[in-house]
Amino acid sequence: MPKKTAYTAKIEYLQILDENGKLDERLARGTLKDDEVIFLYEQMTISRHYDEIAFKLQRSGRMGTYPQNKGQEAGPAGAGYAIRQHNPEAWLVPCYRENLALFLNGLPMEKILLHWMGDERGNQIPDGVNILPISIPIGTHPLHAAGLAWAGKYRGEDRVAITFFGDGATSEGDVHEALNFASALKLPVIFFCQNNRWAISVPSSIQTGSETFAQKGLAYGMPCFQIDGNDIFASYKVVKDAINRAVKENQPTFIESLTYRLGDHTTADDARRYRDPEEVEAWVGRDPLIRTRKYLESKDLWSESKQKELEAKAKEVVDAVVKKAEGIDKPTTDDIFDYTFAELNGQLIEQKQTLRTSSLGTHPQQEGLQTHA
Amino acid sequence: MPATIETPKPDFTHTPSRDGDRVIQFREALREALSEEMRKDPRIFLMGEEVAQYNGAYKVSQGMLDEFGPERIIDTPISENGFAGLGIGAAMYGLRPVIEFMSWSFSLVAADQILNNAPKMLYMSGGQWGCPIVFRGNDGAGGQLGSTHSWCIEALYSNVPGLKMAIPSCPYDAKGLLKTSLLDDDPVFFLESERMLGDKAHVPEEEYYIPFGKAALRREGSDCTVVSFGRPVHFCLDAAEELAKEGMNCDVLDMRTVRPLDLDAIIESIRKTNRIVVVDQSWPFASVASEVITQVCEHGFDWLDAPPVRVNSDDVPTPYAKELEAAYLPNAHKIAQAVRTACGRA
Repeated sequence: MPKKTAYTAKIEYLQILDENGKLDERLARGTLKDDEVIFLYEQMTISRHYDEIAFKLQRSGRMGTYPQNKGQEAGPAGAGYAIRQHNPEAWLVPCYRENLALFLNGLPMEKILLHWMGDERGNQIPDGVNILPISIPIGTHPLHAAGLAWAGKYRGEDRVAITFFGDGATSEGDVHEALNFASALKLPVIFFCQNNRWAISVPSSIQTGSETFAQKGLAYGMPCFQIDGNDIFASYKVVKDAINRAVKENQPTFIESLTYRLGDHTTADDARRYRDPEEVEAWVGRDPLIRTRKYLESKDLWSESKQKELEAKAKEVVDAVVKKAEGIDKPTTDDIFDYTFAELNGQLIEQKQTLRTSSLGTHPQQEGLQTHA
Repeated sequence: MPATIETPKPDFTHTPSRDGDRVIQFREALREALSEEMRKDPRIFLMGEEVAQYNGAYKVSQGMLDEFGPERIIDTPISENGFAGLGIGAAMYGLRPVIEFMSWSFSLVAADQILNNAPKMLYMSGGQWGCPIVFRGNDGAGGQLGSTHSWCIEALYSNVPGLKMAIPSCPYDAKGLLKTSLLDDDPVFFLESERMLGDKAHVPEEEYYIPFGKAALRREGSDCTVVSFGRPVHFCLDAAEELAKEGMNCDVLDMRTVRPLDLDAIIESIRKTNRIVVVDQSWPFASVASEVITQVCEHGFDWLDAPPVRVNSDDVPTPYAKELEAAYLPNAHKIAQAVRTACGRA
């Protein structure tokens, strides 16, 4: 019997804007124009400030647990912007570290704060905004992206679904089942894996024996790419191309976006306990905001005064968002019953009434709680 | 397909006779329900292992590929978690998926999707994203399938808020309940039984819907209330027949859905009989029978003249050997004995 190579593959790595803010002009062709770079730089800066304020809100007891996005803004910025420009009807199926992709596609900024303040209404998405509620179980939501893409195809639309998840999620079976379905049923899904090197305290070296996370998609016969996830150009380009393939060929794509979680996993974590400060320091140097600013400065598109203006704007925007989130009335006890079934039934009607009357106000934490609006 | 389609409210007022000579199998009744609704609503599709080319592992979907095509009758990889999750995503984008588990035993690998996602989606999105999806398949010991393939999932799954669970015992109800399930806006867990798919009975050709949360009184008697659902209803009727010869007459209540549960029908019956036996082929600990009895004690204790009795499978993994499996499951003899105990005649 002849011996032959049954399969070979390679993973392409893409970086267009390096950590010193130097752009590869050839690779950058057809990607982001200068005004778009400025726009995304502004959005990343606002997002970074939002993140810092969210952290402070948690520390001062005004919000529950919060997962900082700090350091990972560029991947979601480029991806979200590509969706907004090239498939604005697309479904975005997030986990919890891609706020900017959601904001860029119409999610009101107070929604995320409201969610982390423990209010389900943070996941009430406005009509016409195709974003699923934040998914906290690790890796279960890429299957929903496959389902949404399937439904779009069934309806005869050119609508893609993009789902975001971390390196840790690739160890969950659900992610692999989603990859397999997307491939076997030819679904327009973009799998955007943010490899931020740490799944809480588990480094990616323990997460997998593979050389890359990108190659996880190879087994499912889909194009796979690794990008510098702190580079908005690379992220934009790889997602734009993926949208094309998805729409034209119903082909899914797997993207590994190499980045780094500069903050803790969540506010309930302290990464100093398990991470080498030198490693963190090295990644601070690769911060997507710094390199984007350097690029803009190198083209005389940015200045200290513009930076000051932007910082003032970020403060203004985020202050307003916090005010909005905190200004929303507390949820009512009726909500927990009304949202359980499409139509309230049976004993829930009784329980709803009981909570309104006999048991309400018996616990100090219920102070200020309204029974119904 | 239009962007949005209004789901009609099922008409429960039309209740054709259960008697007649249009005798078809349980599986055909299921197929009829699915096909009738699929003809009316382009959002409905059937997805699962072997449902298309092979006509269904248990032939429920026989011929449906020919009628509805591969876009709506979809064979999947062997990946229950995968197609359960895919169905949830499709439901969230306005489709009405029917997800077939060859066996509910296989749904255990999809637990996060079916228990942690589908029934909570509406709640977690502040009432915005409902999940109108029907999960259906064979439940219970199918006959020498061994411990891992003989699951009764009703106790475990019905614990979760946000889902509905229908468990028909006969072809007539199979059609009516499945049709209602397909119009429901919440996730419905629809439990069939491999042991009943070949059961034959009259099923009206016309369309009809059976409401959830309404038990059916299968036999009337004033000595003891016997409550069950799904396949064991037949054993209850056999036991009642036997007991009638001894002068003990039973109300036999077929719950038809356990979520919602028609407690009113049970209370009404025990006000007459003052005794209750609950038959449930799940394991006894925290079973649906436990729940029924708890609720009866909470709401109807004063009507009881004797401690409630339950008949469950024994509290061990389902045996593989034919004789042991038969010994382990509820049967007419065990039920009759339980009724005698409840009536102080043991």
